Amino acid sequence: MSFASVNALLLQGFGVTCLLFLLTLVFSLPLGLVVMFGSICRFRPLRIVTRAFVWIIRGTPLMLQLFVVFYVPGMLFHVRLFGGDNGRFLAALVAFVINYACYFSEIYRGGLESIPRGQYEAAQVLGMTRRETFFRVILMQLVKRILAPMSNEVITLVKDTSLARVIIVAEIFYVNETFILSKSIVWPLFYIGVFFLVFVGALTLLFRFLEKKLSYYNI
Amino acid sequence: MSLLQVTGLAKRFGATEVLRGIDYRQEAGEVVSVIGSSGGGKTTFLRCLNFLEKPTEGTIRIGDALYDAGTTYSEREIREMRLHFGLVFQSFHLFPQYTALENVRMPLWLRTAEALKREWRGKELRARLADAKTACDTRARELLAEVGLAERAAHYPCELSGGQCQRVAIARALAQNPDILCFDEPTSALDPELTGEVLRVIRALKDAGRTMIVVTHEMEFARCVSDRVVFMANGVIEEEGTPDEVFGAPKSPLTRAFLAASPGSGNS
Repeated sequence: MSFASVNALLLQGFGVTCLLFLLTLVFSLPLGLVVMFGSICRFRPLRIVTRAFVWIIRGTPLMLQLFVVFYVPGMLFHVRLFGGDNGRFLAALVAFVINYACYFSEIYRGGLESIPRGQYEAAQVLGMTRRETFFRVILMQLVKRILAPMSNEVITLVKDTSLARVIIVAEIFYVNETFILSKSIVWPLFYIGVFFLVFVGALTLLFRFLEKKLSYYNI
Repeated sequence: MSLLQVTGLAKRFGATEVLRGIDYRQEAGEVVSVIGSSGGGKTTFLRCLNFLEKPTEGTIRIGDALYDAGTTYSEREIREMRLHFGLVFQSFHLFPQYTALENVRMPLWLRTAEALKREWRGKELRARLADAKTACDTRARELLAEVGLAERAAHYPCELSGGQCQRVAIARALAQNPDILCFDEPTSALDPELTGEVLRVIRALKDAGRTMIVVTHEMEFARCVSDRVVFMANGVIEEEGTPDEVFGAPKSPLTRAFLAASPGSGNS
């Protein structure tokens, strides 16, 4: 196998990794907000159910969740949810989105609770609705407060994508394993390390940029 | 008929009775100082007036609107009632991500837009919203000028001094054009040298005919600026009268004891 063809395959795998990462973020960032609203809801049953759900998701291995999402619909309910060419990728995406939404929701909740009561009261006294208060006053302060813990979680996500291989999603590690097992080529391992380092490095710069962007005011 | 009439207002937090039946009236244009030691219920009284606390008992009538503690109101009804009052907090609570101008303009714009959306539709609405946007901007700048901060319009709260922040907060409250503007110890969080600028603004508002309730520890200020002084202790209005009456010849022993311990009251 030539250097070029190994490279091409690895890049393909890396493309899958990137796609999984990006799509997970796109869906789990807003979904986390929904989960957060559930876990602070004044309607007690909904709050309890949401918190129990978050407990289960955070309390079980992501690998297990991948298996459950991929196999349970078909094997227990005979529903073919994740058939077709992209089925495995879709299953992985669903598992990742749910998992990360739950983690994000807790970061959001912590951020929300750190915002002083006075901000809400000032908004109330000025006649703002709850919706206006959240979107006009609270949200931007929340974003600023959670940026650091979010960067942690996002970096973890980059590396967690490699778990998708357990349901045979051809992300970079899966591709790499085919080389090691069938062709005894080891160098791609180090190559992958560099891929991840560069990716995470770019993310770190991005977060630093965001922090700088939001530093025009102090809380 | 008085502008504001409060009857039998009571507030309990669990077993603690913070307000034990407040009867209070205020005429339009009147400036009232509320004094008393901490824990006397002054702040809770203001918070009840602004519906930040739900009173346990009693009624609040402001103009034609009546609030009864025994009735359940929708969020919208509470919001409408709130707009009769403005509140300036001890520690300002400006929105840190907005400039001074935006702090004043944004809430004003939201309420203006809401009112227009209720009345108009479609093209007409868009035209009116566009006009209102300019009007809100102009009004916000006027208000900032009124509190002497026209040059600071583009500054963020973290770039302003405490006194300047409090003046922005006053402009922000004024923007809603409340019937009664309430101040909750507006100078207590400020360095002594910054209290003057805030008190001057309040004094100017009095001269402009604003109706105000000022909870304060500044006895000198209460004495000079207010039309009436209310002394609160243990959740009730212990004594009230003109500044001369309350400071000059306090009737209640509690008032006398409080004034004797307060610097600047002329009784110490």
